[in-house]
Amino acid sequence: MSSMLIVKDLKVNYGGIEALKGISFEVEQGQIVTLIGANGAGKSTTLRAISGLVKTASGAINFMGRDIIPFNAQQVVAEGIAMVPEGRRVFENLTVKENLKIGAYLRKDREEIEAGIEDIYQRFPRLKEREWQLAGTLSGGEQQMLAVGRAMMARPKLLMMDEPSLGLAPLVVKDIFAIIRELKSEGITILLIEQNANAALRCADMAYVLETGNITMSGTGQALLADQRVRDAYLGSTAR
Amino acid sequence: MFDKIFPYLLAGVSVGGQYALIAVGYTMVYGILRLINFAHGDIFTAAGFFMVYISATMPLYLAIPLVTVLTVALGFTVERVAYKPLRTAPRMSIMISAIGVSYLLQNLMWYITGGLAKQYPVLPWISDSITLGSASTKVVTIVTPILTIVLVTALVMLIQRTKIGMAMRAVSKDFETAELMGIKINSVISTTFIIGSFLAAVGSMLYFTNYTTVTPTIGAMPGLKAFVAAVFGGIGSIPGAVVGAFIIGIAENLIRAMGYTTFSDAFTFALLILILLVKPTGLFGEKTSEKV
Repeated sequence: MSSMLIVKDLKVNYGGIEALKGISFEVEQGQIVTLIGANGAGKSTTLRAISGLVKTASGAINFMGRDIIPFNAQQVVAEGIAMVPEGRRVFENLTVKENLKIGAYLRKDREEIEAGIEDIYQRFPRLKEREWQLAGTLSGGEQQMLAVGRAMMARPKLLMMDEPSLGLAPLVVKDIFAIIRELKSEGITILLIEQNANAALRCADMAYVLETGNITMSGTGQALLADQRVRDAYLGSTAR
Repeated sequence: MFDKIFPYLLAGVSVGGQYALIAVGYTMVYGILRLINFAHGDIFTAAGFFMVYISATMPLYLAIPLVTVLTVALGFTVERVAYKPLRTAPRMSIMISAIGVSYLLQNLMWYITGGLAKQYPVLPWISDSITLGSASTKVVTIVTPILTIVLVTALVMLIQRTKIGMAMRAVSKDFETAELMGIKINSVISTTFIIGSFLAAVGSMLYFTNYTTVTPTIGAMPGLKAFVAAVFGGIGSIPGAVVGAFIIGIAENLIRAMGYTTFSDAFTFALLILILLVKPTGLFGEKTSEKV
């Protein structure tokens, strides 16, 4: 019972197509676990199933001892799972501060929410500077920081991140992974999905390779980083 | 010259306020669901009939709040029954459902009333006559624009300053991410219909105080004009709908003042065509209203 999240034999159908064909994996408390794989392998579907956005066909999702399969998205957030969605999806028509506030939508502790916003500003001073700007006016990197901050405002036990480095400049990608490591050092458990397999595996405690709806390999980040098949398929020449 | 135009101007501002109260309902629902709620004009008419029947059995100080509650309940129910089940369906389905609800309500009202025009009760104070300069009119003419501005200002404050308002803005942008924040989409959408129906109820009391009779199809024209106002102002924008409504109300009456009464309706629709050709997003519309 040491694992925080246990996914067992999870199947998801998308309009007649089996997007997930029965995957199993676990996320232990305090770890960074990553799912890597090509486009369409089912990575995002996995996160969407856990967060209650898509219906599962069969299988089990157990979070801190509770079966969360019947939960809708609101209930999953209330259980302590927050998501940084793919493509950031900040609310462009809300100010930076409102985006952070809305991350704490289910929380009732007003004063602590204000303190939480200040914490986020300390972590990302750039957001403080742009506090009253509409989120749509931020750069891609700033929006990603805002999306992370927004998810943190829910005070999650498990943070799920869907392609946080997608579409960002290499320098910003570095920042993002530094943030992920920092969050881990603060004791936050992270489930990370990435196409940038190299960076993801470097910071991951455990990693799973997803191919067309199946998990085909698993191991520690270091082990997969050294695996020839992974190197050939996902790391390309950059890892040589 | 001014003395001749002033009464028309006054009437224009007043009817503009009434259009505005209906237009806000159209524009808010569109802002969140990208749906033209064709039934909105019929909910406005239903509010008129509620008043006709309820005021016959109880005093107005009870009837007015009860009519408001019933109208809100009707708007809420229409959303839950006819629109909510189609949340993930193609947008065309929900549009057609809205047209269906519109005809259903109209026919129900024909059935219940037998199609006869019903006398609207005289609401005290706002039905009183007053003389303002060259214009002899009812108090409602003055009350309407003031009440409209007060209600719309309160609504804008609600949307800009409160938690539910923030949730409404978030939902209007992105359903799924709003859900990931723990926002209950369905309650937010219901709230939108409740507010829209409330304003339609208030609008109907002001409108029928001027027009005195209610028929099952009487809401069609003001409903349509309010819709044009919402498009003119930029559908999805509340200030846009209000400005559009006042412009249309005033312009219609100025055309009457010039002696072209027959063309006052035609003007409104000509304006719709023109705005769609020249600036399809309206006065205050967003550039990209297409939902991702």
